[in-house]
Amino acid sequence: MTEGAGAGNDSGYQVVSRWYSGLGGFFTAVAAAVLAFFVGGLVVVATGHDPFAAYKAIFSGTGLNWFFPWVQGDERFSAALDLQQTLIITTPLILTALAVAFAFRCGMFNIGGQGQYFVGLLTALYLGHIFVGMPRPLHILICIVGAIIGGAIWAGIAGFLKAAFGAHEVISTIMLNWIALWVGKYLVELGGWMQGTEPDVPRSYDIADSAKLWPIWGALQPLHAGIFIALFSLVVYHLLLNRTTLGYEVRAVGFNPEAARYGGINVSKNYILAMGIAGAFAGLGGALDILGWKFHQAINDYDVSFVGFVGIAVALLGRNKAVGILFAALLFGALQVGTSPRQLSGTDFPAELATNLSTMIQALIILFVGAELLIIYAWNARKKVGLTGTSPPPRVKAQEL
Amino acid sequence: MSVAAAIQDRSWVRKLAETKTIAWYGIGLGLLAFWLALPPWDVRFEGGPIAVGIAGLACGLWALSHDEKRLGWWAVAVAIGGTAAALWAQTKDTDSLDAVVNAGLFAATIRFATPLAFAAMGGIFCERSGVINVGLEGMMLSGAFFGIWAAAWSGSWVVGILMAMVFGGALALIHAFFSIHLRADQIVSGFAINFLALGLTGYLFRYIYGTEGTPSDVARIPTVTVPGLDKIPFIGDVIGSMSLMIWLMLVLLILSWVVLFKTPIGLRIRSVGEHPKAADTVGISVYGIRYACVVLSGMLAALGGAYLSIGFVGSFNENMTAGRGYIALAAVIFGKWRPFPAFAACLLFGFSSGLAQRLQNEAGISSNLLQTLPYILTLIALIGVVGRSRGPAAVGRPYVKQ
Repeated sequence: MTEGAGAGNDSGYQVVSRWYSGLGGFFTAVAAAVLAFFVGGLVVVATGHDPFAAYKAIFSGTGLNWFFPWVQGDERFSAALDLQQTLIITTPLILTALAVAFAFRCGMFNIGGQGQYFVGLLTALYLGHIFVGMPRPLHILICIVGAIIGGAIWAGIAGFLKAAFGAHEVISTIMLNWIALWVGKYLVELGGWMQGTEPDVPRSYDIADSAKLWPIWGALQPLHAGIFIALFSLVVYHLLLNRTTLGYEVRAVGFNPEAARYGGINVSKNYILAMGIAGAFAGLGGALDILGWKFHQAINDYDVSFVGFVGIAVALLGRNKAVGILFAALLFGALQVGTSPRQLSGTDFPAELATNLSTMIQALIILFVGAELLIIYAWNARKKVGLTGTSPPPRVKAQEL
Repeated sequence: MSVAAAIQDRSWVRKLAETKTIAWYGIGLGLLAFWLALPPWDVRFEGGPIAVGIAGLACGLWALSHDEKRLGWWAVAVAIGGTAAALWAQTKDTDSLDAVVNAGLFAATIRFATPLAFAAMGGIFCERSGVINVGLEGMMLSGAFFGIWAAAWSGSWVVGILMAMVFGGALALIHAFFSIHLRADQIVSGFAINFLALGLTGYLFRYIYGTEGTPSDVARIPTVTVPGLDKIPFIGDVIGSMSLMIWLMLVLLILSWVVLFKTPIGLRIRSVGEHPKAADTVGISVYGIRYACVVLSGMLAALGGAYLSIGFVGSFNENMTAGRGYIALAAVIFGKWRPFPAFAACLLFGFSSGLAQRLQNEAGISSNLLQTLPYILTLIALIGVVGRSRGPAAVGRPYVKQ
């Protein structure tokens, strides 16, 4: 911020920060989401489709109507199937969002969730394949720990480059994403190290049965136990950040690195550590996907995976808070399942449009949530209307919130 | 006065014998050692590259002994690596090397570098004015789509290029509004722009063209053949006949340098990026300059995208830029926010793409693995082969008017 930015602006920011720390954060996130859906609806109207019908078709594909008690019979059965898919997609989104959020709290923007996810996924795939005949809990544990370490190291590179050379983490994590993607493709290509038994299919081998996570709900492609690990990670994230010395240092560095350094905190160490922990979350996300329902990785899977990038939107919408991330991940997971071709076949709204619509809505949410001043403008406009003539100090207003 | 003293008076001559320059000689000799084993030289005598490599090593060690650690180590590394690569290349027969390293490779290098260079020039203007532009990727993508869309309905590639610039500029305007007026985080905003472009172009592409894809008879940007130049052996094969956009890019490159460093406008842009408050004090409109630069960057990136769709490939696919905008961003940083070094970085990335393509076809080396090359190079660049890169001082910071 420029020096002497003016008292008006400062208090404006105070108002906003109080908004975010309180219930207002919830409302602004909801407002951003509603606005994004509204603008997305305008695009649907402009291209000659009925937005209400389109959103209704998408919603009924998400399986969220399972929560409505009046949905019964066949409808309830298919809603359960859809909801299982939504929760399967939500699981890695929670973790890639945590990867973004944790780095964010240390003042870094981790765009590398996608690459860290791939590294975790490939590590779990490798470890899940090479051990045979191991007890199931032990095998799963080994795969998960390996993926966590892999993701942590991959992200730690970016943290190290920032700490040692001042390299901006945005650039380095973007580069690491692409390296992970192409190396991943190389590993499963025809003749690649991880290619499966079919010689003409560029796809990896399958993990052993002993490495597969337990199915907990459904039969066809059941929801797996990874959702509990994801929920547990949310708790870990919250406690780590708010109840430990490490979390305090990370937040101090994120708040003001110079002040933290003056206060005796090793800033470089925290950069590496925070990125490492962030990468661990994303790597865990990759492991849960491969151990839970994918079991192998094909070369084309890399091009259609945006889980790391959607994680950024989830973290932003969830305001880097554990509870916020949970609901934001559920929203985006539902959006992804609701717009998949399988769900929209037989409706008026073509699925290939719907998937792009959901990408657009995600983009708009990122855009609107990021624009804090929109709220200040709205706030000031409200003051002008409501409090003309009086000159109450904004601080008082802020404390009332 | 002796001749030696007269020569010593000239600073450029002295510069040639500076420690730093000698380290650069070492890097050059290391690369030369490798090149000797490749066409058109095809030296098949081990002593050649080894001798040149040792000369490069000597330069590097000399620089090291004279306190030029960073470049000295690089010279040593390049000399050893270059010689080793040359000895490896000598074990391959010359025919297969000829198939990889030929005029076609350099022509491909320029073709791959062109879209990157357009976006990189845009990125330089944007970041020089103090606004980070992660959204180059999305602006390129929208240029690629709207370029081919307009060219298809109008039947004219000129309209295609113009509409690409209009829509690229419009997308950049959103980024400008959010990052300048609303003071949103510029990286977040740019990132959202990328996603927005991905969704919007994908949506419209599917809506307008369905599963058919873009028409195959779309108006293409013409190729310009320079009379005389195309007759020169080798050089003629490389640059004798190139797309109009490549020539345009070369003009833009020179123009960017002139505008940024030789005109009052460029001084204003740079001052806004370095110290907006000071610029504001002397009456420069910080917001105005920043808006103009961000929109310009969107237009230029869109030109790069339009070259991809109606200049190079002749069709559009969802997400067809496939990360080129990010590479352009890396080129900006690699090139220290200067047009010519950034262009050199684009050429390097273009070369590695061209090489990847050819090695896949000819030598059977996985192109997937070679695709990582530009990204690894960028990481190395971040560590400091070109020195610690320092961007404009106020880049990424919103400015609040008093």
